[in-house]
Amino acid sequence: MNSVGIDEVAKVLDFEFVYRGDRTDIEVTTSDINRPGLQLAGFFDYFASERIQVLGKTEMTYLEGLKPEIRQDRLCQLLSYDIPCIIISRNMDIPEYLMDCAVRYNRPVFRSRQATTTLISRLTSYLSSALAPRITRHGVLVDVYGAGVFLIGESGIGKSETALELIKRGHRLVADDAVEIKKVAENRLIGEAPELIRHFMEIRGIGIIDIKAMYGVGAVINNKPLDIVIYMENWDNNKEYDRLGLIEEHIEILGVKLPKIVLPVRPGRNLAIIVEVAARNWRLKNMGYHAARELDERLNELIQSNRS
Amino acid sequence: MLEAKITVTHEAGLQARPAALFVQVANRFTSRIWITKGTKKVNAKSILGVMSLGVVQGDEVTITIDGEDEGTAMFTMKKLIISNFSDIPQNDNFG
Repeated sequence: MNSVGIDEVAKVLDFEFVYRGDRTDIEVTTSDINRPGLQLAGFFDYFASERIQVLGKTEMTYLEGLKPEIRQDRLCQLLSYDIPCIIISRNMDIPEYLMDCAVRYNRPVFRSRQATTTLISRLTSYLSSALAPRITRHGVLVDVYGAGVFLIGESGIGKSETALELIKRGHRLVADDAVEIKKVAENRLIGEAPELIRHFMEIRGIGIIDIKAMYGVGAVINNKPLDIVIYMENWDNNKEYDRLGLIEEHIEILGVKLPKIVLPVRPGRNLAIIVEVAARNWRLKNMGYHAARELDERLNELIQSNRS
Repeated sequence: MLEAKITVTHEAGLQARPAALFVQVANRFTSRIWITKGTKKVNAKSILGVMSLGVVQGDEVTITIDGEDEGTAMFTMKKLIISNFSDIPQNDNFG
């Protein structure tokens, strides 16, 4: 399971350290947030203690109005759970009774300048991205006319050479050889290059080349959602390749289904153009125009009118 | 499928020359070969993939091999790393 340290969270979202404690091993494992209103009212069943606890104006005012003994009791109970940290919004003052409990149970307290709802939405979106499931896959990711095209296939089939031709034609390289893929939403994958090899490419016979230095900043892009997967394989005379494009194949990466095109490779076949066409066709389909179906319909119409 | 854990002892880790040698040797086999460091698993036949792991001296890596010649491949790959990349198998031994 993925996790992110609370110091990293605080740094990225610019939280102020009010009390840090001395535990260095605190990790956040969920992107959900809890506002502990019910817990402060004394209801601890189903308490989501693994979540970051956010105290807003309502909770702070409620605490303020409680009898000191009860307040002490509830706060201590809340902090006795293994919560990752407490965040106070709106840059509110931290009352002494809260600090005492935090110190006693060694729980970090942060403060944010933002309003509670804004804070929660920023926190959730940062955490979902940081905690997203990820995988490294072999292949080349290129942005072709705005479509994220992921070229896969055996080593030496010509993925990098195809990508190079695409770059020459004005498209952009995201990652060569190793693509880090992150699942940022239920049906959305984002690919990027591992930092060490970003914008580099390997061409057999030449070696490592730097695309950004060679083709300029317009030829690269840091990350890109994956839209289509193109599987390149050696042309097999015994295999039937798709001639119509009516049936759509899919491939699953991290549980997300992506359209997959099997592209047979043969010397002399200009793959870059075919990849361009695949990207254009994908965009057309996305806009509601399906060439194979359109032709199919025309034929059906012709058959119908012949009958009548 | 075979799997083995090996510690890289070469002072350059798996960068530059060692990485190139590693990939070159891996490419002589028909089996599919992967190398894993931590949670990152990459194709061992791709130089950029291997270099993206940033393996330094003392790192432990896992080699996974799957295919017809996995036995020979594993033996050779392990020998290459353990010998600090001095034991380079000759190309003609592999046809």
